Amino acid sequence: MIAKKKTWFDVVLVLFFIVIVIITLYPFLNVLAISLNDATDTLRNINFVIPRKFTLSNYKYVFQDADIIKPFFLSVVKTVVGTLAGVVCTAMLAYTLSRRDFIFHKPFTILFVVTMYVSGGLIPEYLLIMRTLRLGNNFMVYILPGLIWVYNMILVRSFIDGLPTALQEAAKLDGANDFQIWYKVVMPLCTPVIATIALYYAVGQWNSFMDTYLYAKKLPTLQYKLYEIMSQAQMQLDTHSTSNVTQAVTPMAIRMAVTVVATVPIIVVYPFLQKYFVGGMTVGSVKD
Amino acid sequence: MAKKNANTGKGKQKLSLQLLWKQRYLLMMSLPFVIWLIIFKYIPLWGWTMAFQEVKPATFAIPIWERAFTGFGNFAKAFGDRLFKQTMINTIGISIIDIGIGTIVAIAFAVLLNEMQFIKFKKLTQTISYLPHFVSWVIIASIAKNIFNDGGVIDTLTNSNLHLMSTNSILIWFVIVIINCWKEMGWNAIIYLSSMAGIDPGLYEAAKMDGANRWQRIWHITLPGIRSTIIVLLIMNIGGALNVGMERQMLLSNALVQDHTMVLSWFSYERGIGTGDYGLGTAIGVFQSVVGLALLLIANKIAGMVGEDKLI
Repeated sequence: MIAKKKTWFDVVLVLFFIVIVIITLYPFLNVLAISLNDATDTLRNINFVIPRKFTLSNYKYVFQDADIIKPFFLSVVKTVVGTLAGVVCTAMLAYTLSRRDFIFHKPFTILFVVTMYVSGGLIPEYLLIMRTLRLGNNFMVYILPGLIWVYNMILVRSFIDGLPTALQEAAKLDGANDFQIWYKVVMPLCTPVIATIALYYAVGQWNSFMDTYLYAKKLPTLQYKLYEIMSQAQMQLDTHSTSNVTQAVTPMAIRMAVTVVATVPIIVVYPFLQKYFVGGMTVGSVKD
Repeated sequence: MAKKNANTGKGKQKLSLQLLWKQRYLLMMSLPFVIWLIIFKYIPLWGWTMAFQEVKPATFAIPIWERAFTGFGNFAKAFGDRLFKQTMINTIGISIIDIGIGTIVAIAFAVLLNEMQFIKFKKLTQTISYLPHFVSWVIIASIAKNIFNDGGVIDTLTNSNLHLMSTNSILIWFVIVIINCWKEMGWNAIIYLSSMAGIDPGLYEAAKMDGANRWQRIWHITLPGIRSTIIVLLIMNIGGALNVGMERQMLLSNALVQDHTMVLSWFSYERGIGTGDYGLGTAIGVFQSVVGLALLLIANKIAGMVGEDKLI
């Protein structure tokens, strides 16, 4: 190793990165602070990171408003169902394509990989989903079109390729069929890669907005609801009589509270995210 | 087909009913997804033919083979559209500053992080730096409003009215690119950092012996060491130059600045789905893909001519 001698340059670097960290975190803290601040007090100015007049009434309002609760649960259901379906289907497919003795190993692999490079584009996909399949405003539009990400399938396949084959062969000798080998032998060994793709699917589902915007405006998710709140230029100051909230709630405060609610799940899974995501980024090459 | 593919597995296999029966579980576990793939990925590919037809809701019931073929009529209509020129300028302009600033910032961030001696602080910084990457564009747009809107954080801090997101000029391009940089800088740096990890530490030792200072080591060892990574990513970015995402543009836009945020993908949506002229919308999408492919090939060729590794 190079002998470590700290110079003024190292000090400048540390200061520089402290600034970077502040720039990265400030906007999030700002949103959090506004969401926890009294709405009328916020109107003075908004560049603070510690609530000036602490209150939970913004959240109270948001969570008593059925317009937010439903999208929130829809987002949760969509994320859970989409992730489960995606993981099971991806893992199953990846296993069959990892089997070099499978008669369709090669043509099926090619069919899938080609779609990573060419796509029909927005309009043909839109017409297929809305006109031909009639999936508009149907929950399945959140699950079916993006069921399997080919990239994730390749991640799992490369992982299975790296496992020792002796176990699979032993199971075969014991009379297990291919399906049993998959879920009793291969799957338990795949936990790390399954965690990675589950996070990919979950974050993708939670964050997706265009699917609602294009296909299912009548089934709004939390992300779409936030978009709606943003684009409503003039939402009236609301003093909901049923919600027992005495203070006024402004559109700004509502937007901030919803923004926090939509961000929190990502922050919660973030420690896992950064461990598995970054690992997944460097794997995944297409072999033969 | 059977013979051609039979010898890829262990030993020679021929497609036979017996073999299919033997592999029935593998078939059951893969065939449904192949059908899914054909429906959701291959049928839309066939939709490209719509670019050469007149397809509107009124004519939708007519089967494809009976629809009027209009040749390149849709393309002529797209190029003649009153918004087309401005859309092209926006797309190319935003792409150039996006690729330019985005690449430089990510490389600078990676290089400086690589120079950091305090390992724990380095890891912490890196971990925090790619947090925004995982946050959706809707949330980013909501946050950006606080920062850049009139009376937002920047206006308050500088005690002025900068109209960062409400000036109908190319200022909005830079605002969008800065937001994008903030979101993706840390994430994009990962690939450069992993490329730097592959540089032989002996080179740094030797340079130090020869009296090279820190800047000289960065300039003569680190940057040349990641050169091929930079080139590959640049080629890929140039290939995608016209594919400026509609989601980001739409969410960071507003009625005041829309003239300067409209890009091809959004334009395709507006004309195709917004006004129901599916043929026109598809034609814009096809134009975008074909020019994108041409750009990729040109960038690749230039990289080859100046003696760099080609991507393809």
